[in-house]
Amino acid sequence: MSTETAKARPADNRVAPPSWLRRYGSQLGIIGVGIAMWLSFVFAAPAVFTNIDIYKAFAQTTPQFGIIALALTFVVITGEIDLSFPSIMALGTATFCLLAQAGVPWPIALTGAFVVGAMCGWINGTLVARLNIPSLVITIGTSFLFRGLELVLMNGTGVPLTADQYPALHAIFREPVFGVPVQTLWMIAVAVVLWILLNRTRFGAHVFLVGDNPTSARLMGVDVVSVKTRAFMLVGVVAVLAGVMTSVYGYYFWPTLGDGFLLNTIASVFLGGTSVFGGTGSIVGSFVAAYIIGAINAGIVSAGINAFYTQLCFGLVIVLSVVLQTIIERRIRRQSITGR
Amino acid sequence: MSQANNGGGKAVPVIELRNVSKTFGEVRSLSGIDFKVYPGEIVGLLGDNGAGKSTLVKTVMGFHRPDSGGEIFFKGKRIDDWSVARARGLGIETVYQERALCEKQPIWRNMFMGRELRTKLGLLDVERMRAECSRLMSEHMGFTSAAVHPDNVVTTMSGGEKQGVAITRALYFDAELVILDEPTMGLSLTETKKTLDFVSNIKKAGKSAIFIDHNIFHVYPVVDRLYVLDRGKVAGVYDKSQITMDQLIERLYHVARTGTLS
Ligand SMILES: Nc1ncnc2c1ncn2[C@@H]1O[C@H](COP(=O)(O)OP(=O)(O)OP(=O)(O)O)[C@@H](O)[C@H]1O
Ligand SMILES: [Mg+2]
Repeated sequence: MSTETAKARPADNRVAPPSWLRRYGSQLGIIGVGIAMWLSFVFAAPAVFTNIDIYKAFAQTTPQFGIIALALTFVVITGEIDLSFPSIMALGTATFCLLAQAGVPWPIALTGAFVVGAMCGWINGTLVARLNIPSLVITIGTSFLFRGLELVLMNGTGVPLTADQYPALHAIFREPVFGVPVQTLWMIAVAVVLWILLNRTRFGAHVFLVGDNPTSARLMGVDVVSVKTRAFMLVGVVAVLAGVMTSVYGYYFWPTLGDGFLLNTIASVFLGGTSVFGGTGSIVGSFVAAYIIGAINAGIVSAGINAFYTQLCFGLVIVLSVVLQTIIERRIRRQSITGR
Repeated sequence: MSQANNGGGKAVPVIELRNVSKTFGEVRSLSGIDFKVYPGEIVGLLGDNGAGKSTLVKTVMGFHRPDSGGEIFFKGKRIDDWSVARARGLGIETVYQERALCEKQPIWRNMFMGRELRTKLGLLDVERMRAECSRLMSEHMGFTSAAVHPDNVVTTMSGGEKQGVAITRALYFDAELVILDEPTMGLSLTETKKTLDFVSNIKKAGKSAIFIDHNIFHVYPVVDRLYVLDRGKVAGVYDKSQITMDQLIERLYHVARTGTLS
């Protein structure tokens, strides 16, 4: 307490401030991986990767799952996982289509869809946080539940979403702005909002605490149930946004919407350096990782690699980048791999 | 149950438990506890391992909800929706026995855990939290501010340093009532002395404290009143003026053997 004893302590200089490298190790790691991969693409297929079209293509498609990855980052930091978001995408978009078909103005129909997304998230969050059911288990269950509900509601049929019928939606979610794909603008906007939410609000601070040590958080007055529930609700709402955006992009709402989104999205979160153990993670990481995964998809196809090899390349790149990133990050943090 | 320093029973207790019990499944950790802390009073809590001291403290904090029939009063007002957030909001801070840190987080996040500072816009004031954290660490934990950084994560700190974070955190918010559950556990001699000084300073500042420690030589000198817990019950309450340290030690042995004080 007194400064005299403080001066007598010899141990002070042992604790150095963490370097910039150390603090942002995982973000730098993923950015490094991204640049390395881009360079290798440019070398492998210069004709394709020096042409702007490829970038436009994946700037349109990546945000379709990328914005969900941004929201899912919150859930993963709390130490949970949500596997039901592809079904929420579909159920929310179905809600929008049904309301719009019934003559409800589109902004209200869209709001209704978001409410449904939030409700799905609330159900997930409540089951996970209040009843303490492992999220891995219960969100598989709710995934079937939401998908089943959507298929019953839609009777298994899709809905065309033409530009004539929904000019506003197309303007918001499809038309490029000054040549920039609007989907990527959405991704940037969502990333900025969620970065602030995670790093500059109490909710965000509590997301980290809850994922790190829920008992400590509770002892210090953090409402663990509420924090987790809100994180799941965030994923629900953002999944619906992605669902509508994806459907508008394809001019059609398919009742199978969301199929094929699960692994890309989850891979983005983990590739982005968010820990599966909870307590650490970043929006920047998920953002960059989503574009890396989007680029792999677009790159492999347009580099003219035989489609049979797509999955193989995809898998290789993801596994390699996670391994590389882990090694780089440990190096930066000066920890040995085994922690000894 | 007279108290030493408040001139009779006039003063309203900062915190009072009436007939509080706490059952976990089949384990009854607290039964029929009556417990008071008056303003400006340091209350010691003694008892064997598993006597229920930590459970009592967590009930005071609103972490555990008492079984039905138990009542909690804050400054004379019965409070039904007691919670940790509420308790801290009213000025009760605790150094828990298990420290309650989030070790992967930087020190500043731990320091302001659950009571994050915000700007006028309602956003986190990260810079101020970092700065306050540096200041607290150099003023209270004996780190020179240049050397230790609030961005360091807690994991790599030593046990005593972690404890320093937990203690400093309780100190920061200028609480009405500070609860310390075995704060000196694992601390060096100088750090222990600092902690005991800190407890005495609480009293000088006119605030109250609950002090739990197995070392009676730590507890006896700083407290005004003592509760002895045994197997979830209050086995005895003493004003310090009524009992010498030797008598107290003898009674504690007696309690441990027989479960009663008489
Ligand atoms: N969450 C819980 N669930 C079940 N039993 C519990 C729980 N918390 C405490 N107990 C039990 O309550 C009893 C009292 O525990 P408590 O931690 O309050 O003791 P203590 O007096 O603080 O002991 P120590 O001096 O060892 O810290 C113990 O038998 C313990 O096993
Ligand atoms: Mg204890």
